[in-house]
Amino acid sequence: MTAVRIETSGQKRPADRGGSAEPMIQIQDLALQYGDKPALKGISMTIPKNRVTAFIGPSGCGKTTLLRCLNRMNDLVDGVRIQGRILIGGRDIHDGAMDVTELRKRVGMVFQKSNPFPKSIYDNVAYGPRILGSRSRSDLDATVERSLDAAALWNEVRDRLHESALSLSGGQQQRLCIARALAVEPEVLLMDEPCSALDPIATAKIEELMEELKSRYTIVVVTHNMQQAARASDFTGFLLLGDLVEFGATETIFTTPADRRTEDYITGRFG
Amino acid sequence: MTEHTSRNYERELQSLKEKILLLGGKVEEMIGSAMRSLLDREPDLAERVIASDRAVDSEELEIDHLCLSLLALRQPAASDLRFIATALKIVTDLERIGDLAVNIAERSIELNEEPPLKPYIDIPRMSAAASAMVGKALDSFVKRDPELAREVLRADSAVDELNVQLFRELLTYMIEEPKNVSRALRITFIAKYLERVADHATNIAQMVIFMCEGRDVRHPGAQERAADGL
Repeated sequence: MTAVRIETSGQKRPADRGGSAEPMIQIQDLALQYGDKPALKGISMTIPKNRVTAFIGPSGCGKTTLLRCLNRMNDLVDGVRIQGRILIGGRDIHDGAMDVTELRKRVGMVFQKSNPFPKSIYDNVAYGPRILGSRSRSDLDATVERSLDAAALWNEVRDRLHESALSLSGGQQQRLCIARALAVEPEVLLMDEPCSALDPIATAKIEELMEELKSRYTIVVVTHNMQQAARASDFTGFLLLGDLVEFGATETIFTTPADRRTEDYITGRFG
Repeated sequence: MTEHTSRNYERELQSLKEKILLLGGKVEEMIGSAMRSLLDREPDLAERVIASDRAVDSEELEIDHLCLSLLALRQPAASDLRFIATALKIVTDLERIGDLAVNIAERSIELNEEPPLKPYIDIPRMSAAASAMVGKALDSFVKRDPELAREVLRADSAVDELNVQLFRELLTYMIEEPKNVSRALRITFIAKYLERVADHATNIAQMVIFMCEGRDVRHPGAQERAADGL
């Protein structure tokens, strides 16, 4: 094992363990306030392409806020102020020319609680492509199959595509939501505690899926479950009170973290 | 170090540390007793060393078991993970030191059945140096002190040199007179056992450096070769 020390201030660029990964998301001095309350305090980091990056930290540390910045979900919150730059694939997502709908197509999201639409399995997956103008039945069929297959759900639902999505189990619903996000062919997949409501088997399936999907997508996941970050991510960022304390290769963070606060948190000495 | 939020976990880690120390103290004492049995020609002391090996073996199993249940039930990370990994490794070194003390005691009994070949000069020096290394390695583990551990690493070559020197000297006894051979060989064995004790102390010290700094100092160059796929 090679211990890689990551700098703990300024620009945080992870040291890659398997060859160099090109950057996908560059966050530069990002600060966010809800009213007077600062939630993110000048975060800079580079998230590599085709890797799973996890954000960990105690409740209220800003990890979900940071995730939601990446597809401008925080724009919808009243009284929010955002400073700094976020570049995805080299493009500034706050640029006036950036269409938010186009951004959210490129940056898909899966939430803590699975939220399928009260429609059939097929219609859930076809929803995004239809909105984006896809009308051809054969194209839609192909997209639905490809997306369900990528989300490791096709074999379980291929004979019941027109049944209600709500008839699926919790784990299947979450994979359906992943399939729905994949149907519009995003570049980045954001996952906000995607397994917190799932049993260990369903969780293992989602983690396995993350491993498979990362060859085609860049995945950013927020998790309260440190073992999940340890198992499923390549890079881990530890946030505390709106600061990015440490960001580095997951193996390094979980064996030899550079910062005392990271050490205390992951060893259960926090607070 | 800040305490764990879970006090049970904290207690389990503390108990692991205490068990390692107790075992360390026990094997140190075994080396001392085995040497005294040789130098003072006291076979009873040697018998006691041989008898105490059973307790060392069962303590090793107990520590292994505790480490495994901590790994399975607590999923330790970072410094806790390194601490438990270190405990798992050094318990084997300690048990081996106990075995070597038994070997010294056995040779001591055999040697004490015959008149002394020569006054023991280098053997007590080797024993003192090797025991000091074990003591210091255990201290560095308790205090989480990598500098102390590095002192252990530096001390190893002196023990190796004493071993070589003693071997040369005993060889002259064997060449001089064939009936010296069996005693000279037994003393050579004891020197080798002590040299191995020092090696185990070195292993412990290397693991302590890993535990404290997360850096593996064993086999310099091997990591680079592994990274290059060699």
